[in-house]
Amino acid sequence: MRALLAIIQRDLLLVMRRKSEVLTALFFFVVVTSLFPLGIGADAALLRKIAPGVIWVAALLSTLLGLHRMFAADYQDGALEQLVLSPQPMVLLVTGKIIAHWIVCGLPLVLLAPLIGIQFDLDTGSLSVLMATLLLGTPVLSLLGSIGAALTLGVRGGSVLMSLLILPLYIPVLIFGAGAVYATSVGLDTSGYFSLLGALLILALAFVPWVSVAAVKIAIE
Amino acid sequence: MTINISTTSSKSALVLEARGLQCVRGERELFNNLHLRSESGNCLHVRGENGVGKTSLLRLLTGLSKPESGEVLWGDQSIGLYPVAYHRELLFLGHRDALKEDLTALENLKMYTALDDVSLSQEKALATLYRFGLRGRENLPVNCLSAGQKRRVLMARMLTRQAKLWILDEPFNALDIQAIQELQNLIMEHLAAGGLVVLTSHQEVGIPNMQVLEL
Repeated sequence: MRALLAIIQRDLLLVMRRKSEVLTALFFFVVVTSLFPLGIGADAALLRKIAPGVIWVAALLSTLLGLHRMFAADYQDGALEQLVLSPQPMVLLVTGKIIAHWIVCGLPLVLLAPLIGIQFDLDTGSLSVLMATLLLGTPVLSLLGSIGAALTLGVRGGSVLMSLLILPLYIPVLIFGAGAVYATSVGLDTSGYFSLLGALLILALAFVPWVSVAAVKIAIE
Repeated sequence: MTINISTTSSKSALVLEARGLQCVRGERELFNNLHLRSESGNCLHVRGENGVGKTSLLRLLTGLSKPESGEVLWGDQSIGLYPVAYHRELLFLGHRDALKEDLTALENLKMYTALDDVSLSQEKALATLYRFGLRGRENLPVNCLSAGQKRRVLMARMLTRQAKLWILDEPFNALDIQAIQELQNLIMEHLAAGGLVVLTSHQEVGIPNMQVLEL
């Protein structure tokens, strides 16, 4: 457990020393979601309709922007080898790195979502559902993304390949996340969407760290 | 290729052993049927030309890569069996320094002690850095240090890691004459305390009773 906290603390400290990289991803999210209301104009009904999809797609893409940093820097300077050789279960360390990535790239999206939602004229009910779906969904994005980040270690042009690998896996999260917000806005029951998002999160938590560890070990060998 | 080293023969001695190692990189076989055995207090110097497989051998010994055939044993047990227990006793320093450029020397040292599950007080960490001539530089980001100073941070890590087996790839690179002497002293202290060292180097290493493995 101490190792988990140590690796989270280390990754967050590293991010604090290089704030620009994180801010780029967040700024991207804010700008992309702000461009839609500006481009479409003051058609409030249309904006309300497209809001869930636009915000969720922007969240997927901005998560993707920060993914390559998860292992690449540690791979290049040899720190990843040291992590593999440390007397800690590698699964714990990789989980810690995924959590750190979520705190940096996922959590801010959840907190920013209400502000973004106001631009799309979403009501309070939809805003809270949007936040809740992002809270359940963004950890899944970080988890699944870690597989892509680990598999493309040391590959030239890895980030493009990673997008191709990972974006299809994000489709279920996108469908249920955006679906829940849309369902609230038309007055339908959302519990099914939340159950499915929760199930995705539990499944990803249970399997993804092991898959990423295997991929990291292949890359190092 | 066989080398047998057994100067000490106490019962509790730690033994690193490799049996019939074969290493293949791509299409090329680097070495085959390689045996080695090293015990507490021994230093094994792996020598050979560039590209002959020195680093590959060290990586096999750490378990970072798997041999094509053969096995590596630590205390009569295959290292793949209890990797966490083996890693607790092992310190591997490779070509790359594995220091985070954005963190200070002190932060790097403390980060590794946390990950390696070793307790280290602030005073002890500072004292270790001072010992290796980093006084006044402990709070500089590592990317402000020279290549030799980075290796000195690594020497501080070697001392604080409390590992029995050191596997060092080119540890003398980028060091000045005085630092080479300090590193040799550090290695000799480690051997005297019953540790094991496996290293590669193109320079002459002034450590008594050193065993040489010519690849």
